[in-house]
Amino acid sequence: MTDPTGSRDRRPGPIDPRLLRYTRGTRRFLVGTVAVGGVTAGLLVAQAWLIATCVARVTVDHRSLRQVAPLLILLVVSVLGRAGVGWVEERMADRASASAKSDLRLALVEHTAALGPGGVDRERASRLVVTATSGIDALDSYFARYLPQLFLAVIVPVTVVAVVLGADWLSAVLIAVTVPLIPLFMALVGAATGVRIRRQAALLRRLADHFLDLVAGLPTLKIFGRAKAQVDAVRHVTDEYRTATMKTLKVAFLSSLILELLATFSVALVAVAVGLRLLGGHLGLSTALFVLILAPEAYLPLRRLGTSYHASAEGMEAARTVFEVLERPLPASGCIAAVPDPSLVDLVVHRLEVCYPGRPLPALHGLSFTVQPGEVVAITGPSGCGKSTLLHVLLGLAPLWSGSVHVGGTSLRDLDPDAWRARLAWVPQRPHLFARTIADNVRLGRLDASESDVRRAIAEAGLDEVVGRLPLGTDTVLGTEGAGLSAGERQRMALARAFLRDAPMLLLDEPTANLDGRTEDQVLDAVRRLMAGRTALIVAHRPSLLAIADRVIQLSPALVESALR
Amino acid sequence: MSADVPVSSDAARAPLGRTLCLARPVTGRLVLGTLLGAGAILADIGLMGTAAWLISRAAQHPNEASLAVAIVAVQFFGLSRGLFRYGERLVGHDAALHLLAELRVRAYVRLERLAPVGLPAFRRGDLLARIVQDVDSLQDLVIRAVPPFGMAVVVGVLTVATMAWMLPAAGLILALALLLSVTVVPWLTGRLARRRESSFAEVRGDLVAAMVDLTEGAAELVAFGAARAQVETVRRADAELTAIAASSAGTAGIGLALTTALAGLASCGCLTVGIAAVVAGHLGATELAVITLVPLAAFELVVGLPTATQALERVRQAASRFFEVTDAPEPVPEPDVTLPQPVAPFNLDVRSVWAAYPTAGTPALRDVDLSLRPGRRVAVVGPSGAGKSTLAAVMLRFVPVHSGSVALNGTPVECLSSEGVRNVVGLVGQDAYIFGGTIAENLAVGRREASEREMYEVLDRVGLTGWLTELPRGLRTQVGRSGAHLSGGQRQRVAVARALLADFPILVLDEPGEHLDLAGADALTADLLRATAGRSVMLITHRLAGLEAVDEVLVMEAGTVIERGHHNALLDRGGRYADLWLEEMMTERTASAAHLYPRPDTDHPMAATFRGSPDDGSRTP
Repeated sequence: MTDPTGSRDRRPGPIDPRLLRYTRGTRRFLVGTVAVGGVTAGLLVAQAWLIATCVARVTVDHRSLRQVAPLLILLVVSVLGRAGVGWVEERMADRASASAKSDLRLALVEHTAALGPGGVDRERASRLVVTATSGIDALDSYFARYLPQLFLAVIVPVTVVAVVLGADWLSAVLIAVTVPLIPLFMALVGAATGVRIRRQAALLRRLADHFLDLVAGLPTLKIFGRAKAQVDAVRHVTDEYRTATMKTLKVAFLSSLILELLATFSVALVAVAVGLRLLGGHLGLSTALFVLILAPEAYLPLRRLGTSYHASAEGMEAARTVFEVLERPLPASGCIAAVPDPSLVDLVVHRLEVCYPGRPLPALHGLSFTVQPGEVVAITGPSGCGKSTLLHVLLGLAPLWSGSVHVGGTSLRDLDPDAWRARLAWVPQRPHLFARTIADNVRLGRLDASESDVRRAIAEAGLDEVVGRLPLGTDTVLGTEGAGLSAGERQRMALARAFLRDAPMLLLDEPTANLDGRTEDQVLDAVRRLMAGRTALIVAHRPSLLAIADRVIQLSPALVESALR
Repeated sequence: MSADVPVSSDAARAPLGRTLCLARPVTGRLVLGTLLGAGAILADIGLMGTAAWLISRAAQHPNEASLAVAIVAVQFFGLSRGLFRYGERLVGHDAALHLLAELRVRAYVRLERLAPVGLPAFRRGDLLARIVQDVDSLQDLVIRAVPPFGMAVVVGVLTVATMAWMLPAAGLILALALLLSVTVVPWLTGRLARRRESSFAEVRGDLVAAMVDLTEGAAELVAFGAARAQVETVRRADAELTAIAASSAGTAGIGLALTTALAGLASCGCLTVGIAAVVAGHLGATELAVITLVPLAAFELVVGLPTATQALERVRQAASRFFEVTDAPEPVPEPDVTLPQPVAPFNLDVRSVWAAYPTAGTPALRDVDLSLRPGRRVAVVGPSGAGKSTLAAVMLRFVPVHSGSVALNGTPVECLSSEGVRNVVGLVGQDAYIFGGTIAENLAVGRREASEREMYEVLDRVGLTGWLTELPRGLRTQVGRSGAHLSGGQRQRVAVARALLADFPILVLDEPGEHLDLAGADALTADLLRATAGRSVMLITHRLAGLEAVDEVLVMEAGTVIERGHHNALLDRGGRYADLWLEEMMTERTASAAHLYPRPDTDHPMAATFRGSPDDGSRTP
């Protein structure tokens, strides 16, 4: 239904230069493809010549089977050669494709890791995984079909014309004139019908959405007792959709009609012209057959290019998504590895301002406060006022736009982010649990922690009872997103990480949000134990959590009031 | 999480026969399209055959007239191929679109019975879109999946027969080569591909899992300094995958290579037996070129089959999901005998109700009681998952009652027709749907015969007059796909206006302020309570602001009512409700909606308790 000539989007030529930049093997593959294309064209010519010669020798010169046997053997060899070369081509393409996919994937992984969690938002991230794994698998047909066909569409017609020129110049001229007519006419038809197709496409989109609209609205329709009445509407609109689509298709298919007509009718013209001159005695049978066999081959790659273009578009689209991410600049980071200990020095936040790209209002606006060693400070305020953002800035997960954060007199900008984070333990609002064992998940707090350390952290987070009930204990593999654990248990898993990390400074983000009363008490107990002897910054709403803070800082979208105790 | 989709194992596949039966309504068009497609391939073969004959005959220098028929035939085939193809594609797409209409109606009728709880998809927009997409992709059955097989049979039989008529041995060779290429070649390539795929699947699963961890868990990995290690895990999985890919390179290309070889060898074979026949005098000199060139052209019918097989497989998978929908059991069966519809005034009584979603194992409601007398207004609050929306669904007869009863004027709702129940009890859900179209069209869903004046009136009651007067096209303003041109608040207000127009005696409002900012949510709640004054209303919310205006508040947790009573009474009790209320105060002390409720620090004794609390039992730095 979509037509390559009908679309108007600008494309960077037939081969995206970024593909060559980010993948090592592609350039070599292109060279190989040209070479293989040349061999293929040569074998085509050989095959045509052998068939024509055999037929002519038998029918005109009355040779016997034995006399043409060497030619027949050569013919079998060239046939097998062509199949073999085709297979070599596919093999090359598979290898090139596998290495290109790997290159893209690893470049993407490295870059997203360097960009950090702020670089790619969550929803896009999961789509990116699909793109980087199954999405770019569609590159296979780009490498195995489209690229070789692209070169064949040039090499084969040129070879055919050159060879036929030596045999029968009139036919060569006929082919040389008609082959370029194909892309030309397709472009002309595309230009002439493009406006009409685009106009109808808008109508089609509207009609196409209608069914989804009705299905999505079914619960609502049922509430109003109108659902059954819409069956006729479904039928009516789909019929309308059909009529409109058929109108569009009648026009859209014209360009491929032109392609087919030109390609096959040119062959018919060549055949008739050759036949008539043969009749007049200007040509031998073997030459005439040779031209007849070769003529369709000149048009075949062009005919196939259209189909393989569609097959490869998907893969290039996926690759383009990857390129977009790769072209995002990396944030700058500091390099001082000797990080002051926040349990000994003040943390000073001064006129902090954070903006998210694409959002007009700053998430944090001129926030200033100081956290003294050993102090427990609660941050509260309406949702969306930037509480979590503040923790992200302190963790170096979100960029610091203006203002400053100093740890014992050293700016956060100058600190090596990994060394600084080693001083922090973070309990996010919705902890991400990996689809691995419970022990592995807790061990994220300290990668080299021993088995007994992990057990102790689990016990301190109040999870030992829960884990003890599991038949595999800490070796139980969690489902994706921590499936199998309750919200409270997930929170305590994050607390266990923090216990294991044993860092001087804690950043807790609403550890008791969305928990019911009993679970909240259990988590609160763990939080109290965790905070003993540490500096802590807690984002909190609940009175019970605010109660364990030394001081409460109230954030609001516009102003910041700091209520000292 | 969507990332695990590509590695999903083979889902239960629909049987081929059942899938093919879907195409029954368009059999005629399907046959015509297939014949036209066969015509296109035959034209190609005919072109090569007649051209070869023309040239061979011309070499014998006959008079020009004896070539006339051949010349016309060559030109006919040259022209007809494109036209046949064009016709095939148009007829095929026409068949597909006719089929689409049939399938959509079938799917819709079925979905109507299942909505909203019979299918998990109704709680997830992307799944619903997937179903619709599946229905749409079933069209491929009559465009890409079935016709190529039909064409292969028609063209194969005709070509082989013609060849055999000219020279039986040549017909045999072509038949053998074609058969090999449609049986052994696909079998072999399928085997190789499966072996390759099975060695891939596990490694690819590892890679996807590692990448999912890296992207979804990015914040944790970076914060805990474990990102580097995770990148290495990805790198290892990728290296393994790439190594397997490199070692199995070319397996996909074997099929094509074998087909190319078979086509060439068939041509060689025909040429060889042809030469022998010519020498022996069994075959005319003009036919030798024909039987040599026809096989080359005939193999075009094989080329389309691998894609057709893939298309058929895709259609089969879509069909499985389609059948899953059409085979799903109805969540709430209609009563065998319907009792007479009660008349106004309406009392709705929920008595010790236990209920569960059809797809869930655990009950979502445990022993819930509620009574709605005419004009009474009840609010239901509690955390998400507490069973609030299930209570609404039970009242609308969307979810069956497991034990206990829901009764309308004393008649259990199971004994009334679902539509009868929903004529009395209306719902504005948190996801109340706005249809693409105009505002007036959306309001007309509430009451079809509503006049413009009535529409303006209900829009005024939900506080949309100011907005409406600014719209140049007024009620005829297009709201965009699922109301995309409206703000969240406008969408909810239009939805409520629609419900007001329908004039339900009992109205359930489920989280009307969801997806709105706090000030907007509170303003909407206040407007709604005002607009529905005098009507029986159940307001489901997790915001407590403004609830002093309702007669009773039910606090739900884990499917059961843990507290109930008037707002003030509940605050005095100092239980869960008071807790939630204080939390809300703390969260939004500076929010601009503050005027809607009394300030905590001036109005209520609990607030004072709280102000003192940081001192109590806390520690000193």
